[in-house]
This record gives sequence, structure tokens and C-alpha cells, in this order.
Amino acid sequence: MSESAPRPAEQFADFAQQGEVAQLGMFVFIATEVLFFGGLVFTYYIYRHLYGAEFAIAGRDAKLMLGAINAAILLTSSLTMVLAIEAAAADRQRAILRWLALTVALGFLFLGVKGWEYVTDYRDHVVPAVNFLMKPGYGGPAELFWVFYFIATGIHAIHLTIGIGAVLAMMRFARRGRFTPVYYAPLEVVGLYWSFVDCVWLFLFPALYLLGRS
Amino acid sequence: MTTLTADLPASYLTKEQTIASWLLTTDHKRIALLYFASITAFFFIGGFAATLIRLHLVNPAGTLLQPDMYNRMFTMHGIVMVWFFLIPSIPNTLGNFLVPLMIGAKDLAFPRINLASWYVFNLAGLFVLYFLFMGGVDTGWTFYTPLSTHYANGYVVAAAVAVFINGFSSIMTGLNFVVTIHRMRAPGMVWMRLPLFIWAIYATSAVMLLATPVLAMTLFLVGVERTAGVGIFDPALGGDPLLFQHMFWFYSHPAVYIMILPAMGVVSELIACFARKPIFGYAGMTYALMAIAVIGFFVWGHHMFTAGISIYSAVVFSLMSFVVAVPSAIKTFNWTVTLHKGRITFDAPMLYALGFVGLFTIGGVTGLIVATVALDIHLQDTYFVVAHFHYIMVGGTVSAYFGGLHYWWPKITGRLYSEMLARFAALLTFLGFNLTFFPQFILGYLGMPRRYYAYPPEWQVWHVLSSAGASILAVAYVLPLFYLGWSLFRGERAGANPWRATGLEWRTSSPPPAHNFARAPLVTSAPYAYNPEDGSAIAQDGAHV
Repeated sequence: MSESAPRPAEQFADFAQQGEVAQLGMFVFIATEVLFFGGLVFTYYIYRHLYGAEFAIAGRDAKLMLGAINAAILLTSSLTMVLAIEAAAADRQRAILRWLALTVALGFLFLGVKGWEYVTDYRDHVVPAVNFLMKPGYGGPAELFWVFYFIATGIHAIHLTIGIGAVLAMMRFARRGRFTPVYYAPLEVVGLYWSFVDCVWLFLFPALYLLGRS
Repeated sequence: MTTLTADLPASYLTKEQTIASWLLTTDHKRIALLYFASITAFFFIGGFAATLIRLHLVNPAGTLLQPDMYNRMFTMHGIVMVWFFLIPSIPNTLGNFLVPLMIGAKDLAFPRINLASWYVFNLAGLFVLYFLFMGGVDTGWTFYTPLSTHYANGYVVAAAVAVFINGFSSIMTGLNFVVTIHRMRAPGMVWMRLPLFIWAIYATSAVMLLATPVLAMTLFLVGVERTAGVGIFDPALGGDPLLFQHMFWFYSHPAVYIMILPAMGVVSELIACFARKPIFGYAGMTYALMAIAVIGFFVWGHHMFTAGISIYSAVVFSLMSFVVAVPSAIKTFNWTVTLHKGRITFDAPMLYALGFVGLFTIGGVTGLIVATVALDIHLQDTYFVVAHFHYIMVGGTVSAYFGGLHYWWPKITGRLYSEMLARFAALLTFLGFNLTFFPQFILGYLGMPRRYYAYPPEWQVWHVLSSAGASILAVAYVLPLFYLGWSLFRGERAGANPWRATGLEWRTSSPPPAHNFARAPLVTSAPYAYNPEDGSAIAQDGAHV
């Protein structure tokens, strides 16, 4: 074995152990994230239950089309992320880079659409504490709906931004040929995180955009 | 006596001596010492606030501190002691040092995350110092709304940010421990051979991981409400202040178990070693630890009996609180039975451990009293509650922390301390603690509310007793600084296993080398294979010690 042959980190016996540890670590981290978002979604649903009618009226001003487009974008990005991992397992180095680049692009596209949505929300006077007007039909706690809308989508966007940074780091790794069919755990770990952020949107989208529309 | 110490490289302390080699270290043992330095500083900051509180309360009219400053002092005491001392105390110092050693690993699973957690912890600490020197916070450590969101005039957001950031360090540490314990155990170290300290750290980490994020979200929402003026918990704008209490206690009750479970782990190690007996009911002890961790998530409502929750949920939370007493009692009985017919020696760590058992029992039984809805109506927010939780957190956790520190000090530093002074400090802790907090049970029963800066003169005698006890306690806590510090330079060399204990951590040199063991240990026996007949023992790798 040449001197430059990759070796596992010194606290591990082999790459298999290192990979297992990395994945378990990410799963445990995701468990904490579930509780973090869980606290928020729980609070939201408590108020949704208390003020169903007011939240439904306020929620109809959420931009359903933009939210739906973003849901499609994120779901697609999870597919491209998984394809990058598949490519690593098959040792197709250029395909890894291609799929990762596409994932990053879709991530930025989501943030762009989200940013545009925030602009339209601002013009719509539904940004609490910044630009908020009680519209005709809005009841007392309508502002609460928008508070939760901005907190939830904002924290989600921060998570996605971190995800984009992580995928960019994976692209650097890939360019240096760090992923082999023997060891591509970092890619899998970032993929887990990416899918988690995607999953969060699958809970936020119906909660914020769909409920009470019928 | 055979050891695994042959041909060991330099110890982790002497391997490199530069400042950078400490500040950039990924060695779990060095990070444990970095944490030790940080939390010791915070222990004395929090202790200073407590000293002022106790001095102030000597006089019924409360003349030492202005009312507002008094509020800021007890808030400071609570925030610093809970998040910057008690929660990280045992896990981040002893846990960091011992988890890899006890399971026979070279290091934690994520050494760099471990180092990062220390920096994150200190960043949070900087926010604490910031709001401390800017004038403090007056909400109490509980940040209750609408006080914290509307009426408090201190640096609430800075304090919330401090606790929020501190949570990241908790989560990083807990994650590291869970993954390490799952995946890094030495060959033969099956789950039912793990030392109880490891089980305790595992249960603690699970609670840290699942509770801390909820606190983070709760404090985030408080911060948003206070800065943006929106009504998340404000009833005038449709919010629900009780919801804040539910979410806060969903973290903060399990947080009590984050503090006490590691202490239980330490005490199990100490009692088995100094009674020279296998721990009684090992399997039951592991189930009890996990049961406390799980049931502890379903008792938070007992903090809210008088806050306006329905009587039905109050009864359920009361019942669940009784249920959590069962595994706690199992542990206490098992420690006691372990002592029975043991070859007991009263070394300093054992004195701390025995002190723990007594004080934890009093804290636990008074916990049942305040968990009873009818009694709690009288006792809620009185000194009875203050005394109860100090018996658990200070009498329990801090005693165990000091016991563990003394027990593993020879392993950490390679030196022995003055046994006589250490025993004296242990006894002084027990006496000072009881004198400080037992009068508070009586005060609370008589109706003295917590957080009041003045009180009727007829209660003065109890307050004076309590403050006198606090001064004894202060001496007992400062004393180890001197003789432990002295031992670093003049202490006798400890040898690999001064207590003739069975854990793998004693099978390497004191202090251990950088990657802990000369070769990976092979575990062949259960922990605590002590023989009370002649005091001998078989270490977990099968060696006679």
C-alpha cells in the first residue's frame, strides 16, 4: 500500500466502522432536529386548533403556487442527491459531480423562489412586526399565523442554506477524488441531512399552505 | 498484578506542552480538562451569586441588595448553575474523560465535534458574562412569559441566546456519547458488561438529545416575541402563556435527570469499589436508569399544578411523578444492599457517595410530597420546593461530582491528594449542606415564598441558620481547590490502580497515554467483580487486581 493510500481516522479500526459511526451520528442529529422542528410545529398546531377559522382565512393569503413549485423543486433535489450517492457507489466520479451540482442548483432555485415569495408577502402586508395590515376578514390572532409562517419557513431556509454549503463541500471532496466505492460515507451523511430538510418541507407545506383551503 | 501499561508512550499530559496543543487538542482527556476549567469558573460565579443571596437574607428587611439587584442575583445563580455548571458537570468532565477509557476505545467517535462543543460552550459563556456585566436579567432562570417577553427590564435576549448556544454544546456532547457507546466498545464489552457510569451517561445523553432542542425552540420563540413584539405567548394577541410553561418544562424537568443520572452512575462505581462488592441487581440498575430517562419525559406538568391546568391532567402528571420514584427507589435500595456485608472503607470518594445516597433520598421523598397535588397547592413556589431541588441538584449531583472527581483524580493527574483533608471536606460538605437547606424545608412549610427579598422577622432564625450553613458549604467547596491543586505538584504518584478497581480505565497508566491503551483491551468479565471476603477483584479484562 502506498503512503498516500487513504486511512481511516485514528480512533477507528477501519473504514467500515468510520462509515457506520458517521451515519449513526447523522441519524442521532436528525432526531434532535425532529424535536426542534417538533416544538415549533406542535405550537403551531395548538394555535391552529384554538383559532381554526382565523388561521384558515389568513392562510389563504399564502402563495400556494410558489409553495407547490418549491415542494416539487425540493423533492427533485432529493432524487439528484441520491443519484450522486449511487454514482459514488459505482465509482462514476464525473457523475458524482454532475448530480451534486444539480442538487446545489435546485437548492438555490428553492431559495430564489422562497425569496421572491417573501417579497410578494411584503407587498401583501402580511409580514408581522415589519409590514402588517389587518385585512378585511382577518380576526384577532391572524397575525399569529404569519408569525409562524415566517419562523418556520425561515428556519427551514437556514437549514437548506447549510445543506447547500455541505453539498458544496462534498463537491470539493469529489473533485479531489476522495470518494471511492469503499468509502463515501460523507456523501451519504450529507444525503441524509438533505433528505431530512426535504422532509421538513413536506410537513410545513401542507400545514401552512394547504390546510383550510377547501 | 499485571497491567496493560508495558511500553506505553508519554502520558496525555506530557505528550505536548504548547498552548496550541491544548487549545486545538482532539484528545477527549484534554478536552475534559478544558471543560473542567470552564465549569469550575462558572461554579464559582454562580456560587458568588448564591453567597450574596444568603448574606442578603440574614436580615428580614433585606438591606444588602436592592430588590432589583436581588432578582438579578437569583436569576444569575440559577442560569449559571443549571446550564453552565450542573448540566455539563459530570458528563463533560468525568464523562468526557472516562467514556472512551471505560469502554476500551481510543477516543470518542467525533473528537473534533468534541473540541467544537467546548468552544461553543465558552461562546455561550461569553454571552453570560456579557449580560452579567451589562446589568443582568431579572426573570428567574425559568424565563416565564409574559414577564420575560414584556415586563423584564434586563438582558433577556442575551440570556436566552446564551442558553440557546449552550444547548448546541449539550447536543454535540450527547451525540458523541451515544454514537461512541453504540459503536466504539472494545471486543467483549457487550451492553450488559458496561459499567453503570456508562449506562448513566448513555441515558443522560438520550435525554439531552431529545429535550434540549425543544428548549432551544422555546427560547427562540421568546426571543422573537420580545424583539419583534409579536404575540406568540401573549394572551392579548391570542398567545397562551401556559403553552410556554408546557414547552419550558418539557425540557427543564428532564434536565433534572440530565443532572442526576450521571451522578447515579458515579455513585454506583464508588459504592461497588469501596464496599468491595459487585453492585446488587446490576440489570435492575440499568433498567432503572433507562426508566427514569423515559418516564422523566412525562412528568413536566407537576411544575404547573397551580398554574391553571385542568385537574385531570394534574392528576395524571402527579401519578407519573410517583411512577418515576419507583426506579429511583430501586437504585437507592440497590446501593444500600450493595453495602450490606461489604468490606467498606471510608475513603473520601466513598464519603461523598454515602452523602449522596442520604441527600438524594431526602430530595426524592420530598419530591413525592410536592408531586402530590393537594400538598403542592400549599408548597408551590415556597422554600420547600427550593430545598427539595437543592437536595437533588446540590446534595445529589454536586456531591457525586466531587466524589467522582476525588475517585478519578489519581487517574486524571497521576497524583494522590491529601486523604485526610479530602475526608474533612466531604464531611464538611454534608454538614454544611444540611444546615443550609434543611431549614428551608421548614421555612417553606411555614409559607416563605421563594424569590422574595424580604420576609417577616419571625422567620429570621431559619434564614440565619441557612446562611450559616452556606458559609460552611462555601469552605467545603473551596477547600478541594487547595489540596487538589497542591497534589498536582507535590502529590504522591498514584500508580495505575490505587483503588484496586475493576474498570478498564484502571488498566492503563495514570495519567493515560494519548490513545489510552497500549493495545486494545479484550473484555472477559462483568463489571464490579469484587470479592468482599478478601477485598480482591477481577478487572474487566480478566486480570486480578
